[in-house]
Amino acid sequence: MTATTAVTPPVPAAPVAPRVPVSRAYRFELVKLVSQWRIRLLVLACWIAPGLFVAGVGQQSTLPSDTLFGRWMHATGWAGPLVMLGFAGTWALPLLTSVVAGDVFAAEDRLGTWRHLLVAVRSPARIFVAKSLASLTVILLLVAGLAVSSTLGGLASVGDQPLVGLDGHLLSSGDAAGRVLLAWLAALAPALSLAAIGLLGSVALGRSPMGLLLPPVVALAMSVAQMLPLPVAVRLALPGYAFISWNGLFTSPEQLTPLLIGVAVSLAWTVLATALAYVLFVRRDFTNPADDGSGRRALTLGVLPLAALTALTVGAVAVTTTSTGSGIEQAKVQKSLATVFAHLYRLQTGQLHRPAVTEAQLKATAACTKSDGQAAQEGAGNDWRCVVSWHLPGVTAVTGTAVYQLDITSDGRFVADGDGPKEVNGYFLVRTSTGDAPNPLWQFDGNVDLLDHH
Amino acid sequence: MGLMDTLHAVRAHGITKCFGDVVALDAVDLDVTQGQIHGLVGPNGAGKTTLLGLLLGLAVADGGRLEILGTPVERALAVPGGVAGFVDAPGLYPSLTARQNLAALAALRGLGSGTAAIDEMLGEVGLTDVADDKARGFSLGMRQRLGLAAALLTRPRLLVLDEPANGLDPAGKRHVHRVLTRLAADGTAVVLSSHRMDDLEALCSEVTILATGRVVFSGPLSKLAAENRELDYRLRTSDPETARRLADGTSGVRIVDDTGLGLRQDPDVLVVRALVAALDELVAQVVRSGVAVRELAPVVSPLEAAFLALTEHQEAGR
Repeated sequence: MTATTAVTPPVPAAPVAPRVPVSRAYRFELVKLVSQWRIRLLVLACWIAPGLFVAGVGQQSTLPSDTLFGRWMHATGWAGPLVMLGFAGTWALPLLTSVVAGDVFAAEDRLGTWRHLLVAVRSPARIFVAKSLASLTVILLLVAGLAVSSTLGGLASVGDQPLVGLDGHLLSSGDAAGRVLLAWLAALAPALSLAAIGLLGSVALGRSPMGLLLPPVVALAMSVAQMLPLPVAVRLALPGYAFISWNGLFTSPEQLTPLLIGVAVSLAWTVLATALAYVLFVRRDFTNPADDGSGRRALTLGVLPLAALTALTVGAVAVTTTSTGSGIEQAKVQKSLATVFAHLYRLQTGQLHRPAVTEAQLKATAACTKSDGQAAQEGAGNDWRCVVSWHLPGVTAVTGTAVYQLDITSDGRFVADGDGPKEVNGYFLVRTSTGDAPNPLWQFDGNVDLLDHH
Repeated sequence: MGLMDTLHAVRAHGITKCFGDVVALDAVDLDVTQGQIHGLVGPNGAGKTTLLGLLLGLAVADGGRLEILGTPVERALAVPGGVAGFVDAPGLYPSLTARQNLAALAALRGLGSGTAAIDEMLGEVGLTDVADDKARGFSLGMRQRLGLAAALLTRPRLLVLDEPANGLDPAGKRHVHRVLTRLAADGTAVVLSSHRMDDLEALCSEVTILATGRVVFSGPLSKLAAENRELDYRLRTSDPETARRLADGTSGVRIVDDTGLGLRQDPDVLVVRALVAALDELVAQVVRSGVAVRELAPVVSPLEAAFLALTEHQEAGR
């Protein structure tokens, strides 16, 4: 062999090039993500649209009362971020996580840039960490936008009034603010589990668009599962339950056990799905252009451990909480309804400028039957009928009664619809500090603690 | 480490690489010295990209010994610093501009390259005018040039390029040739694969021809041409009839029927097959006869002819 140059100075042997630090790889991934118009559009949408939506709804005469806290959007600005959270758990967060995490690995396959990236970073493990952290950053930015924007929209359009909790008790503005923040933080856990599923799909399905679809598909499956009459242990063992269990923050006392179980399950899914994605990614053969990481083995390795985790958590929840049925039992329904009624009766009394009463004075109780007593007295359904009784203070001989039809969904949430007498729970307007509002005892939301054993 | 070792940018001996049952490289030797532009030629599936991938550290050989810039490569992604390039296609991000692609890569590799350095690289490959355009709209040739600029950012001592001439227009080709020649003059070793024989002839001092994973030739281009016995030449003269008569009578020269060569029919052109020595004799006779030689060129370049002969022979022997 001959060199083409006449004089070429000898050079010392070069040391092996160091791997690129994760911090630099993370910045590189972030630059790539943020440069995509769809990510920029999402960030803008998440920081602007919820505020406009909440402010707009706050000015409408019709409220989204089918969404939790929707009926209170005229009463306080703190209802806005909670309505947004309910909507986000079903639609927005699965879609956001799919667009960000569901594509972060597959994009390199589409662009054919894996080899370039590997040569530059020299470590598949660091690429994985950098991509995961960059996705997490963008997802957190999007979720923060949803929360902040909807809160600001609510506060700006309606104001900083106390919030009526799910059991009817009033939460001061400061208390409501703290709980709204906690609720969004709790919902981050299932959002992260969807993001991890997105990462796993993006790694395991390669160029296939199914990787992008995986988080919404899983989220939809989880939502459908929550609508089914599943045993409570199964319900809590699914990662999507934390999108619902934040409801427990708005009762007194708080229903923390389902919330903590939901968060723990979501985090377990996050860790396992991320670990599986990591294993699949570092085992991939990047020298073979035909190998995009997908394949039956990858799918098996991705799905089976998650199925095992579900089985394990179902068993663990069943054993530790001794809950195997639907969790919606007659006694719990009666207790929950009576509690909400008492709190809202007190609220109504104030709004009608009647002499103040306390819940203790009312001694409200409820007697509920399902299917007119013809069926088992437990489980979800819209065939619950309840009679609430209470004592009027100072009138010992008189006991008030009111009838409610309850529509209870499988996750324990119910809507109570007043069925007379109309002076108590009929539709009429009451004057409040924020304007005329429907009688609070006419229709209201509540929830049954599925793990309560009282 | 001795002088001979340090002069070599690449020393590969007995390199073997398999993908399952497929032998991609079979006992391949490759030596590339500093300042040399080394061409890698071979039909599709010959193992060129696999070999380039090994040089970039994307994979590690199953057998043999590979030394890059004096450092043995024993595991994947563990090549020395100073190696840059691309295989298959340059890795570019369409949502970033040309300048942003380079800036992001410079930041990733901790090069600390300022705007001036990036502008200089863009200028070198002739992309200054589109520096702030998104790479999404770039043609293949522009992408190739941007990929080359990205590789240059690292100030490589070994540059590995897979088909860098793909999609280049004449101006782009000129830019790339100029850059590669300058790099080589500065001591950088360049290993490039190409299907364009004219590019390799213009750029490379040495070539390695691969066929079905094996080296069928490695050495200087002149040696390759000499090893190939006879070539077809186009001979255009002022008197084709006389030239034909002289060619007929010259020992070692045969007139070739050019209808089967896929060439444009031209009555002034004679196609002859000969060794260089016999061709020299023919030309001398033509000139002595008072006939002007207006054009003399091989129908197929020596490298291409050798390539075809060697690879077809290898394919036939399988």
